[in-house]
Amino acid sequence: MKRRYWVQRLGFGLLALAALVVVIPILIVIISIVLRGMSAISWEFLTEMPRDGMKAGGIFPAIVGTTLLMIGTAVVAIPVGVGSAIYLSEYAGDNLFTRSIRLAIINLAGIPSVVYGLFGLGLFVIFLQFGTSILAGSLTLAIMTLPVIISASEEALRAVPTEFRTVSASLGGTKWQGTRKIVLPQALPGIITGVILGLLRAAGETAPILFTVAAFYLPRLPESVFDQTMALPYHLYVISTQVPGMPLEIQYGTALVLLVLVLSLNLIATIIRSYFRRRRQW
Amino acid sequence: MVDMKGNDQFYRKWVEFSIESLIRVLGFSSIGFVILIFLFLMREGLIALLDVPWSNLLGTRWYPILEYYGVLPLLLGSILVTLVAILIALPLSVGTAVFIREVAPGWTREILKPMIEVMAGIPSVVLGFFGMTLLAPLLHRYLGLATGLTAFTGALILAYMALPTIISVAEDALDAVPKSYRDASLAMGATQWQTIWRVVIPAARSGILTAIMLGLGRAIGETMLVMMVTGNAARMPITIDSLFRPVRTMTATIAAEMGEVAQGSSHYHVLFALGIILFLMTFLINLTAATTIFRKRRKGGLR
Repeated sequence: MKRRYWVQRLGFGLLALAALVVVIPILIVIISIVLRGMSAISWEFLTEMPRDGMKAGGIFPAIVGTTLLMIGTAVVAIPVGVGSAIYLSEYAGDNLFTRSIRLAIINLAGIPSVVYGLFGLGLFVIFLQFGTSILAGSLTLAIMTLPVIISASEEALRAVPTEFRTVSASLGGTKWQGTRKIVLPQALPGIITGVILGLLRAAGETAPILFTVAAFYLPRLPESVFDQTMALPYHLYVISTQVPGMPLEIQYGTALVLLVLVLSLNLIATIIRSYFRRRRQW
Repeated sequence: MVDMKGNDQFYRKWVEFSIESLIRVLGFSSIGFVILIFLFLMREGLIALLDVPWSNLLGTRWYPILEYYGVLPLLLGSILVTLVAILIALPLSVGTAVFIREVAPGWTREILKPMIEVMAGIPSVVLGFFGMTLLAPLLHRYLGLATGLTAFTGALILAYMALPTIISVAEDALDAVPKSYRDASLAMGATQWQTIWRVVIPAARSGILTAIMLGLGRAIGETMLVMMVTGNAARMPITIDSLFRPVRTMTATIAAEMGEVAQGSSHYHVLFALGIILFLMTFLINLTAATTIFRKRRKGGLR
């Protein structure tokens, strides 16, 4: 009798240990990058062009580049992703076709990021002749982001109770009117959360932009969507592996800026989600 | 322009119809994109099979400058790193999922879940950077290795990259086990631990398997961190100590070499062929994972 409880204690202890081993390294990563990167952060670092082969100056063009890529990704991925989610949640029947769409989404989510890079190179850069450009990079990142946005949006749309749709229809509204004026606004917080999570992924990815947009060293701002640009994650890769004699401080500083960008987006998504979940009337 | 008021009914129907059509097209877009991706990989990659003899492609040497395009070391490199990563991630992720779902008190859960979400959001290039600058020197010093950039270093960090995926899917699987199972087991006098170990985990088995498959898919496709911490030596990882030596994966090879090849060269096409291999591998892995999800959903098991 007693032994069983000792086994239970041991078992629970092991489970808690597993959770600790999962969580603590994450804290170590975040804390060590914050501690070592902090001293590099200054107004100049964030707003100036890199100088001396990136060994001095700031990372402004990389920050701008990543921001532009996120905007480009959002412009393409939001309408396609949300539209696709509306189809799946409001229009699609339970048939073979719908199942193939779901299968496609699962596979899209699983395709390696570097394969997206190859695809973007093959289709946008070479076949459609966009060249290595913000346009090609944004389109590539947008397709990669789609599954995240679709799944989150569909979940948010499905969570809206059926009665909302029935009432709208009973007042003479068409299906689209009901969807646009009733269902979509109710699902909006969930959709926004999904969009932010998708964009955050796009902001941190390096492999898809390697051959579609990223410039090694370009100390000026892009002027059109057909220009190359620097980007934060690629810049971090470049200065930590490709440039000998790079001051560690700048490397950690860049890692910190990227980390803060991604984590604050994450935080915003979490806040939106929990705020509206608490306020929800149904 | 037609008189809009007179044709109000017609106009509204037309709007409704065009919007529905648009939504339908968007709904099918995912299928279109998967096909498009496959077609463009094939378009650039298939030529490699005509360009380069099979004996060369299936060789054990990857040395593109001398036109050796043996993919075996890269394939085995990918498999080695991925399998070790999953072996590390498996006990940690299932243990954490069980802890969060079955054991942890509320406040612990409230801390753990957001932490794991944060973990999922950390860019792989940041983890790679951490691995290079802090972890690799530690392993180099304390394990007495010639270099800290080894297959093991890669697998270790890769495991943490795959953890959030596995944990959250495994959690859903545990969540789907009906409460009546637990109640029945506890009523028969089993301890909570016995219930978890002999009832809950077996009942969630297929969901946990799905979780592992999805984690496997993520791990094999991971690029940047693998490129930064595995040392990138394209040699056959067949000796016992391969795990603690530099290794090179397919993903890292594409990422590192595509920027420097001449478009249309054999090397260029072979890199796309590596992309096809990766696409097919992840496709199969995700297909397997998806079929378990679908089977469950139809039987009503996942609710």
